[in-house]
Amino acid sequence: MTDDNMLKVERLTKIYGPATGAGALTVLREVSFTLATGSSLAVVGPSGSGKTTLLGLCAGLDTATHGDVTLAGARLGALDEDARARVRNEHVGFVFQNFQLIPTLTALENVLVPVELRGEGGREVEARELLTRVGLGERCDHYPVQLSGGEQQRVALARAFMNRPKVLFCDEPTGNLDHDTATAMAELIFGLNRERGTTLVLVTHDLELAKRCQRIIRLRGGAVVSDSTP
Amino acid sequence: MNFVLRMAWKDSRASRRRLALFSLSVVLGIAALVAIGSFGANLRVAIDDQARGLLGADLVITSRQTIPRAVWDHLATVGGEQAKEVAFSSMMVFPGADGINRTRLVQVRAIEGRFPFYGEFLTQPADAAARLAGGEAVVVLEETLLNQYGVKPGDTVRLGKVDFTVLGAVLKVPGESVAVTQLAPRAFIPLAQLAATQLAGPGSLVRHRIALKLPADVDPLAIERAMREKFRTERLGYDTVEERKRDFGRVLDNVNAFLSLVGFVALFLGAIGVASAIHVYVRQKITTVAVLRCLGASARQSFAVYLVQGLGLGVFGATLGAALGIGVQLLLPLLLADLLPFDVNFFIAWPAVARGVGAGLVICLLFTLLPLLTVRRVSPLVALRSAFAERVGGPDPWRVALGVLIVLAVVGFAIWQTRSLPLGLGFSGALGVGFGVLASLAHAVAWAARRWCPRGLPYVVRQGVANLYRPNNRTVLLLLALGLGTFLMLTLYLTRTTLLGQIQGTGGNGRSNLLFFDIQDDQIEPLNALLEREGVTTRQQAPIVTMRIKGLQGRTVDEILADRGSGIPGWTLRREYRSTFRGELTGTETLIGGTFTGRVPEGTETIPVSIEEGLARDMRLKLGDELQFDVQGVTLAARVGSIRKVDWQRLQPNFFIVFPEGVLEAAPKFYVMAMRAETPADSARLQQAVVRDFPNVSAIDLTLLLQTFDGIFAKVSLVVRFMALFTVATGVIVLVGAVLTGRYQRIRETVLLRTLGATRRQLTQIQLVEYAILGVLAAAVGCILAVAANALLAHFVFKTAAAFPVGFLVLTVLAVTAVTLLTGLLSNRGVTDHPPLAVLRQET
Repeated sequence: MTDDNMLKVERLTKIYGPATGAGALTVLREVSFTLATGSSLAVVGPSGSGKTTLLGLCAGLDTATHGDVTLAGARLGALDEDARARVRNEHVGFVFQNFQLIPTLTALENVLVPVELRGEGGREVEARELLTRVGLGERCDHYPVQLSGGEQQRVALARAFMNRPKVLFCDEPTGNLDHDTATAMAELIFGLNRERGTTLVLVTHDLELAKRCQRIIRLRGGAVVSDSTP
Repeated sequence: MNFVLRMAWKDSRASRRRLALFSLSVVLGIAALVAIGSFGANLRVAIDDQARGLLGADLVITSRQTIPRAVWDHLATVGGEQAKEVAFSSMMVFPGADGINRTRLVQVRAIEGRFPFYGEFLTQPADAAARLAGGEAVVVLEETLLNQYGVKPGDTVRLGKVDFTVLGAVLKVPGESVAVTQLAPRAFIPLAQLAATQLAGPGSLVRHRIALKLPADVDPLAIERAMREKFRTERLGYDTVEERKRDFGRVLDNVNAFLSLVGFVALFLGAIGVASAIHVYVRQKITTVAVLRCLGASARQSFAVYLVQGLGLGVFGATLGAALGIGVQLLLPLLLADLLPFDVNFFIAWPAVARGVGAGLVICLLFTLLPLLTVRRVSPLVALRSAFAERVGGPDPWRVALGVLIVLAVVGFAIWQTRSLPLGLGFSGALGVGFGVLASLAHAVAWAARRWCPRGLPYVVRQGVANLYRPNNRTVLLLLALGLGTFLMLTLYLTRTTLLGQIQGTGGNGRSNLLFFDIQDDQIEPLNALLEREGVTTRQQAPIVTMRIKGLQGRTVDEILADRGSGIPGWTLRREYRSTFRGELTGTETLIGGTFTGRVPEGTETIPVSIEEGLARDMRLKLGDELQFDVQGVTLAARVGSIRKVDWQRLQPNFFIVFPEGVLEAAPKFYVMAMRAETPADSARLQQAVVRDFPNVSAIDLTLLLQTFDGIFAKVSLVVRFMALFTVATGVIVLVGAVLTGRYQRIRETVLLRTLGATRRQLTQIQLVEYAILGVLAAAVGCILAVAANALLAHFVFKTAAAFPVGFLVLTVLAVTAVTLLTGLLSNRGVTDHPPLAVLRQET
């Protein structure tokens, strides 16, 4: 992989159940692509096409049945779970469809988790700035239950950028939001992405959102059916 | 590490009250262990501090016969100080204010000398003990006698032929506990008055005792050893401070171990409660764990976050338990006051506290780890899709190892407490079986509820029944907690009822309920005449001849005693046998071997005797074996002619050795008579008449025996019940914890049902059905287990019929069900009031 490629996916296959036979369920087959540093990619396709599975494998949340993923220079297939966790902590940011904030932590504490995991202290000012950047400077000490869906997703976005990730993985980031909030959220994602030179991988049903990416991969039945620019 | 601690602290924020509640489950178990351990240390220190006071002397020598002159001469060479005592049972006459005399069996203690040399002989008034030394006709009585018969200092009571002036009450005698003196309350008189009473005649069951205070440089054990050697044939008993300490220590260790095991059951139950609560807690935290994993936390870090919370919970519970345990420790002396023969000073025994806390923490931690292991296997993919709850990958070896560790910890604790491998294994096994039965039954109930709940039942009933088997049900946990508590408490009650029933039964069905003993040869005819006048038909009259065994199968007793490999217990050879002679077996005897000979012709050289089966077994006697008896100086050759089984539980004279008629008639003897008095009033009248005419004759009546037994049992069972209460209270806490743990889920369901039109009444009814079923089942299973345990105890240990009080069992089921319903409804209160919107927005 050249230095220009942040993500390289090679013949990625994921089968649930036994590897062969009647019980085998192939959700992803022979998917390959590379993604240049700082670029943005949208993965689209109908429900069950393997989008989320592909995202999970690219981010090192799961292991492939065949094939390999190289993320920020690290071959994920060769790493154990804890080593993959370190890669995620150092290079990856996440935004989930259902926000996935830790309910027992305040907005500020949620944002600080990735850096605290590294044992880095003294980043509170930066976390507050990020929250201010997403419009929640006044809500730092609120718990997730006290925030609306859009606000929770903005906290999740601030958290994703807190560890200055090289890659941002977004799984349906606007899927649970109304139109206006979704639009504002998209602005934030792409704005921060540009500001910080992050590589973006976005899984979505929303074609408008996908079109804002530099490249779109369409999946159907676990296989790539098109790889294009909008 | 910092992250782990900070995250654990922050993450616990919303759950601290819940975690504290979980920890309460183990508080009582730890409190019990701490209290018992620390109090045990108090007792051991008390024994050490008051060691000499336990005996009151350096060395005590006892004998059933007058102590020979040679012994006194020997003691004179040893030096020091001596005190004498002659003790026996006799009837005391208490003149009543109504002119009617009342009688009571007392233990007469005729004393001379400055006993006790160590410790205090406490009386009320304080100078009463000292005034005994004057040798006048004065008596110091057990406090209970003064209260029972309304006797005051200055009043007169009668013993034999002498009227004694009451000086006051005995409060405390070194080394003697109040509880064990209940059957025959103590009456201290000066030894100088004994002869005048004419009570301690030949054949009377008298115990002679010499207490010695030795010079400081003389070793009591050396004196004992020398005397054992020199007076081997005199059958003297010896008691030293060291022996007394060892005996007390052994008893205390046993009591301590037993109570600790009862406490441990509470801890074990609490630990299961904690494990169950943590299991639910962890399930609610799975998404958080997955998010942490996505953000880069390792499996170890995520696990550590919740392990720290689990540890915190354990430390909180242990600290609270230790504090409560120290509080309980203050109560124990009050509960045990009458059972302890010495004063106990309260102090906190920190090593014992540490042991209790340590045991509690280890058990709590092991049980907490079990559900926590799940955290290690949570996949970060759960953040994307909740379907990936756990990483698959076959059985978790850590879980298997932890299971083994828990079993080892439980078995290890039991062995540690009982200091016996078989007992420890037995206890752990019984605990395992009890839990296994309850858990299996719970699973069976859940299965049956799913399979057989009739569709025709009203909706609220079906929904209540469905709660027994649906996901996150508490059926197993609640049946364990409530069933075990019911089982423990009820077993204690049933055992007591069985034992009381056994004693009552001995006097039922027209059997004897009054026993006169110490009847002299020349009193038998006038006494029979008196009984006839009183309208009593004597049930049984047995002559008693005292004798000792002189030889066995051609070897002398001394030879056998010297032979350590003989396998025959020393007591069977040394003791004085009180044998009888008669022509036939009695109703309490069954011949199990040989031929019972009722009479032998005069001049028979070897007498065929009948031996009780237990004694025959201990002495390894077979039919035809030869024995030699020393009948008050006369040697008698005998052989084992028959072996009998004896029902010792009836209130009538039973004997180890029965001679045929035609041999012992001329020997010095006394008699014992068993009869039936129809009412307590008849019994009292008869006793008064007999004591009036025959002052040396003593009586035991069944009513007194029953009262005494019940009194002692009540004291002992109070302590045991107090400890068992910890288990029951733990059960209730586990129940509350379980209900509260599932509360959020209940709130969601309730909200949904309300949205769909369920009324508050219907929602309450659903809860009522669920808790009623659980309460009834738990109580029923607890009852069944208790009845089974009691039946086993009755059959194998007490060898009697088990009590089966149906009414009480039904009441127990109702009471346990009521407690379950009450706890369930109180813990769930407010569930039906929650606004749906708040619930739908809530994350945890």
